[in-house]
Amino acid sequence: MRLGILNDGYGFGTKLLFSLIRLFSRQQVPDAARLTFYRPDFYGSYSKALTHEAMRGPSGWPVAERELMAAYVSKVNDCPFCIGAHTATASLAARNEVTVTAALADLESAPVGEGLHATLRMLGTLTRDGHLSAEDVRAVLDAGVSRQQVEDALAICYVFNVTNRLANAFGFEVMNPEGFQAGAKYLLRRGYR
Amino acid sequence: MSLPPDGDKQALVRALEQRILTGRGMALPELRAKAFEDTDLPDPLATLLDKVAKRSFQVTDGDFAAAVAAGFTEDQLFELVICAAVGESSRLYQAGMAALAEASG
Repeated sequence: MRLGILNDGYGFGTKLLFSLIRLFSRQQVPDAARLTFYRPDFYGSYSKALTHEAMRGPSGWPVAERELMAAYVSKVNDCPFCIGAHTATASLAARNEVTVTAALADLESAPVGEGLHATLRMLGTLTRDGHLSAEDVRAVLDAGVSRQQVEDALAICYVFNVTNRLANAFGFEVMNPEGFQAGAKYLLRRGYR
Repeated sequence: MSLPPDGDKQALVRALEQRILTGRGMALPELRAKAFEDTDLPDPLATLLDKVAKRSFQVTDGDFAAAVAAGFTEDQLFELVICAAVGESSRLYQAGMAALAEASG
């Protein structure tokens, strides 16, 4: 990562934890996780609580669809680390890599349901253009998505707009497919806490 | 650390923003606020933090090196980059929530 403190600025206990994770998972500790361990009282603890609530808390959106939203926002923000991580997690959760890949390659032709399709389009507009009209949101509500689901999707969008920017700015190292797969299994088993 | 109870995403957003802006830190709160707002920042911070907010994929090693050469510590840059990322995301979130309120109100 671009800041030395994010590479080696951790206390003894955290370094020991990183070593144990490497030993048992046979994978490096993802930079997304390392970030949350650096001065967690400033950002990491707050970020983990919010991310877990948005991605694993009660919601009308299944986990696989929330992970696809994360991957889609990451694609719009051109964030290679987060695209890899959440494409793997969405694919594993949905047991369907083809649909996830198709949605990221060309949303308009992807075989996803009307409500999810309209929601992804709305998140793309907000993230890319920086604004959203009432008409944009009405199109989502008209597709059968509830007001609460729109609110939940906007929270996911917030979380990944933050995370994508930090991943790109701090220079998270893009992992190999095995690393992303191991991360996906962990995120589906344990969540983001 | 004081976190709101689970289930209230808007409260968790507010807690994060309040912490990075007003809690203890190594960058002055005034500078963290400017990073959050992406406004009125001195160079070379302006270059780095505006990229974080608007086009983070263009941030380079040189952007950080210039900020360090200008006297900012890595811990200050850690905080200011987070403030810039959260600030822009907050504006997008508020725009989305306002559009939702108008559409369903």
